[in-house]
Amino acid sequence: MMKHTALRALRTMDEIDIPPKRLERAPVAPAAEPARAPKLRATGVNFFYGEKQALFEVSIDVPERQVTALIGPSGCGKSTFIRCLNRMNDVIPATRMEGRIELDGEDVYADGLDVVELRARIGMVFQKPNPFPKSIYDNVAYGPRIHGLATTRGDLDEIVHASLERAGLLDEVKDRLDEPGTGLSGGQQQRLCIARAIAVSPEVILMDEPCSALDPIATARIEDLMDELREKYTIVIVTHSMQQAARVSQRTAFFHLGKLVEQGDTERLFTNPLDPRTQDYITGRFG
Amino acid sequence: MSDPSQRTPGPAAAVKKARLRRRHAAERRFRAYAIGAVAFAAGLLALLVASIGVRAYSGFRQSYLTLPIVIDREIVDPEGTNDPAVLADANYISLVKQALRARFPEITARSEQSALYSIVSVGAADSVKEYVLAHPQDIGRTVSLRLETADSVDALVKGLTDRTLPADDRGISDLEVAWVDDLVASGELRVGFSRTLFTSGDSREPERAGILAALTGSAMTLVVTFLLSFPLGVAAAVYLEEFAPRNRWTALVEVNINNLAAVPSVIFGLLGLAILLNFFGLPRSSPLAGGIVLALMTLPTLIIAARAAIAAVPPSIREAALAVGASDVQVVLHHVVPLALPGILTGSIIGMARALGETAPLLMIGMVAFIVDVPHGFTEAATVLPVQIFIWADSPERGFVARTAAATAVLLFFLVMMNATAVVLRRRFERRW
Repeated sequence: MMKHTALRALRTMDEIDIPPKRLERAPVAPAAEPARAPKLRATGVNFFYGEKQALFEVSIDVPERQVTALIGPSGCGKSTFIRCLNRMNDVIPATRMEGRIELDGEDVYADGLDVVELRARIGMVFQKPNPFPKSIYDNVAYGPRIHGLATTRGDLDEIVHASLERAGLLDEVKDRLDEPGTGLSGGQQQRLCIARAIAVSPEVILMDEPCSALDPIATARIEDLMDELREKYTIVIVTHSMQQAARVSQRTAFFHLGKLVEQGDTERLFTNPLDPRTQDYITGRFG
Repeated sequence: MSDPSQRTPGPAAAVKKARLRRRHAAERRFRAYAIGAVAFAAGLLALLVASIGVRAYSGFRQSYLTLPIVIDREIVDPEGTNDPAVLADANYISLVKQALRARFPEITARSEQSALYSIVSVGAADSVKEYVLAHPQDIGRTVSLRLETADSVDALVKGLTDRTLPADDRGISDLEVAWVDDLVASGELRVGFSRTLFTSGDSREPERAGILAALTGSAMTLVVTFLLSFPLGVAAAVYLEEFAPRNRWTALVEVNINNLAAVPSVIFGLLGLAILLNFFGLPRSSPLAGGIVLALMTLPTLIIAARAAIAAVPPSIREAALAVGASDVQVVLHHVVPLALPGILTGSIIGMARALGETAPLLMIGMVAFIVDVPHGFTEAATVLPVQIFIWADSPERGFVARTAAATAVLLFFLVMMNATAVVLRRRFERRW
């Protein structure tokens, strides 16, 4: 009974601030295409910071062109896991990963794989907006430049404009593209970071608590944006907020103490959690 | 009803009040100590600057005797060749002596005449020579020239000599004092700005000594130091901060860099002497050898400053670049180093300023030599400004006291300018994330 009440509360909040067009798009039927291979697949992932094990046997499938939310209390390993997906943990010294992560069936940790190329395919947006201390234009153009995606200035302009447009920022900044990106507001900076990530045409976008440093209005904009972006990209988002997970995701995975406790369609997980820990968490009994 | 928030008056309140008073008194006392310490330090600094300033003022000035000199063709160039080699060899001293005899025709005794000649500098003849070489068309004419006076006369005119002392103790005879007073009264002997200080090299005579050679030597040495230490230091800092694995070896390197920064600079001079001069055979007392020694001395400081600047670049910028698919080298070259550059430059300017003021290691590699000529290459013998000051401070002539102060003032000026540049750079490019 309790869980139904909780979900109803979430749903009600959802209905208050979503525009009607989203409601039309909202019913997704992941069950309709069950045979489709997942975009990302993790099998038996263990992760260690030195001696301390942070992830235990995590296995998860991330379906293509959907938003998968990773939820769980602080320190449960969800950020660690998302950073395994594009090998951002490689830069942290004395860490070790076991298990297998596949992107389109290809081992991400294979010896011959070029990390730079991988990160071009799996973009990332961080918790705190981190634009480069350069102009708005250069922020977005940086990725295409280093990957040689544009041969002429015109091509580059087009990529920058298209990326800003898709990130819903173009109208606000089109007259001041050469002003520093760090001068924008927090929410604008985060959308700039999204534009920077999509400028290199990734297939997957990882978002590590992208709204935790933003106010509710900026958060709502980013959530709308995610809903639009999933038409083109596969999105994995780490979030603290269960409301946010319920609003934006189609799939949800619940992490607790480094273990993946439960995963499934968002609607099912919030209405009918199978594991008592999941139920305790979504009803607010801990976390 | 007892309300815990209500203060009960009585003995407890009195104790509390007393304690409060003691605490306030302690705070006032502490502030007074601190202000006293700052005032003491500022006072000493002011004293230092003032004493250098007062001495340097007389060092920047020189007394000149203006005399009409007959440039006698018979003496300078009897055959009328106009050949610079002939002109350079002529006996200009006799021209000066003639002019002095003409000014004081009443002095005829030989001993008195030689005393008269000594009121102008030994180098005065060189001033005449320089003039004639520059203006050969004036040969045969009479020109009015400014000649440096001797050291003892200069001190007398500037009021540095105590006239009440007996003649033997003050280094100038009563007769000479009378002539000088006469010349000062007539306006022929005047104190003016000493251009010699900035246009000539070292000399045995303070009135002919200048810092041009030392300044040039310092500039050349610093160029070598910067060209060596900046790229090496930045590369080492980038490697240690961004790429090096954290293991026992890098820890050892780190400890050694920190220790090297504290090694007395004279040790680096010994190293230069043993390795650069004796083993590699670099030319002694050259800006090249000096620059390498100072680069070795500056490197640890520069590496530490550069590492601090690089470490101050927030990790979020590195992550952002990595996440769009930049390689490690691209992250460093496109983001980390450009953002750290103001800090790195500040550190290297301060390192350069320290190198500019350094004397001890350069003494070890022979830069203490008496160098008159301005060096023209990195392998020529040269001296540097602080060593020049050291040499002058050691010289017995009165005039060198003032010259030492003047050279010190010039050195301080350059040091302050360099540090000010560092401060401006830091202010202008300071970034907050």
